Amino acid sequence: MTSTDPAAAIVAPPGVMEPVPARVLSVDKETHDTFTLRLEQPPAMTGFRPGQFSMLYVFGVGELPISISGDPEHPGDLTYTVRSVGPVTYQLVTRHEGESIGVRGPFGTSWPMAECRGKNVLIIAGGIGLAPLRPAIYHILRHRGDFNRLVILYGARSPRDVLYKKELAAWNLLPDTQVLTTVDYGGVTWRGYVGVVTTLFKYLRLLPSETATILCGPEIMMRYAIHDLSARGFQDDQIWLSMERNMRCAVGFCGHCQLGPHFACKDGPVFNYPDIKPYVDLYEL
Amino acid sequence: MKRQSSRLDAAALGQLIELLRSHGYEVNGPVKSGPALRLAPISTASDLPAGVDSDSSPGRYRLAKASDGRIFGAGPLADPAKRFLHVPEARLASAQKENGAFRILHDTPPAPKIALFGIRPCDVAGIARMDRVLMKDRFADSQYQARREQTLIIAANCVRSASTCFCASMDTGPRSSSGFDIVLTEHLNGRLEYLAESGSAKGAAILAELKAPPATPEFVRACHAQCDAAAAQQTRSVEYKKARQVILRHFDHPRWEETGKRCLACGNCTMACPTCFCVNTKDRSSPDLSHAERWRLWDSCFTQAFSYIHGGSVRTSIKSRYRQWLSHKLAHWQDQFGETGCVGCGRCITWCPAGIDITEEFAALEPSSTT
Amino acid sequence: MVPPALRGSLAAHPFLEGIPEPLLDRLMAMAFEVTFEPGQILFREADPSSFFYLILSGTVSVEIAMPGRVLRIQTVGEGEELGWTSIMAKVNKQFQARSLSPVRAIAFDGVRLKAECDSDPEFGYFIMCRILDVVAERLRATRLQMLDVYSARGGGS
Repeated sequence: MTSTDPAAAIVAPPGVMEPVPARVLSVDKETHDTFTLRLEQPPAMTGFRPGQFSMLYVFGVGELPISISGDPEHPGDLTYTVRSVGPVTYQLVTRHEGESIGVRGPFGTSWPMAECRGKNVLIIAGGIGLAPLRPAIYHILRHRGDFNRLVILYGARSPRDVLYKKELAAWNLLPDTQVLTTVDYGGVTWRGYVGVVTTLFKYLRLLPSETATILCGPEIMMRYAIHDLSARGFQDDQIWLSMERNMRCAVGFCGHCQLGPHFACKDGPVFNYPDIKPYVDLYEL
Repeated sequence: MKRQSSRLDAAALGQLIELLRSHGYEVNGPVKSGPALRLAPISTASDLPAGVDSDSSPGRYRLAKASDGRIFGAGPLADPAKRFLHVPEARLASAQKENGAFRILHDTPPAPKIALFGIRPCDVAGIARMDRVLMKDRFADSQYQARREQTLIIAANCVRSASTCFCASMDTGPRSSSGFDIVLTEHLNGRLEYLAESGSAKGAAILAELKAPPATPEFVRACHAQCDAAAAQQTRSVEYKKARQVILRHFDHPRWEETGKRCLACGNCTMACPTCFCVNTKDRSSPDLSHAERWRLWDSCFTQAFSYIHGGSVRTSIKSRYRQWLSHKLAHWQDQFGETGCVGCGRCITWCPAGIDITEEFAALEPSSTT
Repeated sequence: MVPPALRGSLAAHPFLEGIPEPLLDRLMAMAFEVTFEPGQILFREADPSSFFYLILSGTVSVEIAMPGRVLRIQTVGEGEELGWTSIMAKVNKQFQARSLSPVRAIAFDGVRLKAECDSDPEFGYFIMCRILDVVAERLRATRLQMLDVYSARGGGS
């Protein structure tokens, strides 16, 4: 399960807990409270796999785990989509070009792109949860022939909270690709769906046995989504989800992100559903 | 590595301390520090607490006089040795601001050479658990590793158990079988003598340098028999091999609720535990904001903030935090690191202001399976 | 009368999945096809209940009209149902419905459907069970919406 062979321990470079300064290339507004931050990739830093995260550090303020939301095959920059909800995220999104932000990582497990190959891929995203899924979408689109149908179901609070609007629209026009966006509440100008993301399931025309599902969003949303997927015949072992827990160190030293026997930082954040099924429904685990 | 076994008299024990000091080690041994026995720097054997016993029971710790004059006669020291290796406050990084950007200063001080002298088998086991978490998993904590490599462990086997001890049931004591450089067993037969056994090449080299006579098999047997007697004194126990299954079966046991009402969520058990490794991070900066530092501080899973994620804490009730702590110690640790997270030192029992007893709590989950 | 081609569409609608032939025949006798242009109001809040729709294609939004503002609370589309209150006596329309695209649906007069249910318990029980599924799903979706899971507080608190 989660224990690793002690002999395989990586002696972390002295800097594993030291942030590496990275220059801010741009900060773009996505919605009223969410911004996309592009950093110059520090030379010492390796590439990342879709679904992984970095620890981003604002000088003197603090550090937070933030999922990488950019294209894994676009070298040179690191992209993060950050929702400004607290002191550190506020400081992150108010940086200017040329300033620096500390980066550690990339850390954690990634979306199972190899297991998705040859199958339909169903992506279910809620709110800011679309950000860690975007690298997987980029990967699929770059290697389109390796995957069958791609369906993206995305739920947001309201039309003004919808991320990556232009990209969603563009992806929906691609062959064998369908994007359905739904909001909890919409105004008269909203032409898309209204209702929680699970209400989109009835439009699915995917054979469960030929589909891999990856999802990320608020935990409650993922829980209900998985219940509904199970009811529709989707197999547990073909479902992967990304879990959020308090992470201070990202390497298993701080203990905060424990989820039963798992450390969300190093055994996750992406888990195959059967591995965490016994734990996700336990209140206050 | 050949195991060295020497027989030391009281004078040789003093020479051992001197020898360690001459090798550049700061020797930290048990010292009577106010109302408790704790590790502190010593320079001679006379600094050691002869004739001092400690008496612990749930929620209570007192020093007592021991007429036998033993130096290593007391049970576990008041607090574990972890603060020497996994220090309560460590600077992770420091940074200097330069024109909007900043630079990381690589100024971590070098690790000191420390000898932990007279720590008990439970603490030796505690250090081994900590090594597994912080050095032998997917990543290694460079600061811990640097300190660990500079640390020499001169353990002392227990010849007397406190009422809170249950190391025998956890297979960690009262006699250490590994994890030390040298282990001493104090032998009392009219006068104090010591069996010194090496557990590493470093330990063997030091013993060789000490030039004490080898221990005869009879002396070794006599010493070990005292440890067996200490094991027989223990009344508490945990069936740790069953613990994982038992705990997973009883996530909703009403006992958690009851204990949650007694627990004050003070976190004493986590501070006193030799294997609790959780930390938090704190940012500090100079008043002019030109210099910033990231610090790592011991943390406790008993705080509400510990499990905070966007939206709120995962574990809001004290019940759930106590359950997390106990399940991590006895169950999830086995999944994570292939061994149990409890070493049976009993400090969580001693230092709990409400006198909550981990052995009793565990046994209450499935009374029939634990006796 | 429904053109025979529509019998297939009706039988294939998820609402009627597994319906016994005799019951389908009775429904067919009451069904007629309707279409709406985008932006048409299908019904308004407080309208005396009239039609129950099984949507064949297109999307309809369920809305609450407030002074100066309209809030969309749900969208229903292909394979879904609209206007379930029409088969309840003395309940007026709760919300407003508007087509967002060209919509094709099969409509039933609520009063007639209710009368048929009353007169034939077997038929009535089948229809009521299906209506209950619809209502239960709406209730669950509403509860999930209430959680406001994407809000800054992370939902529910």
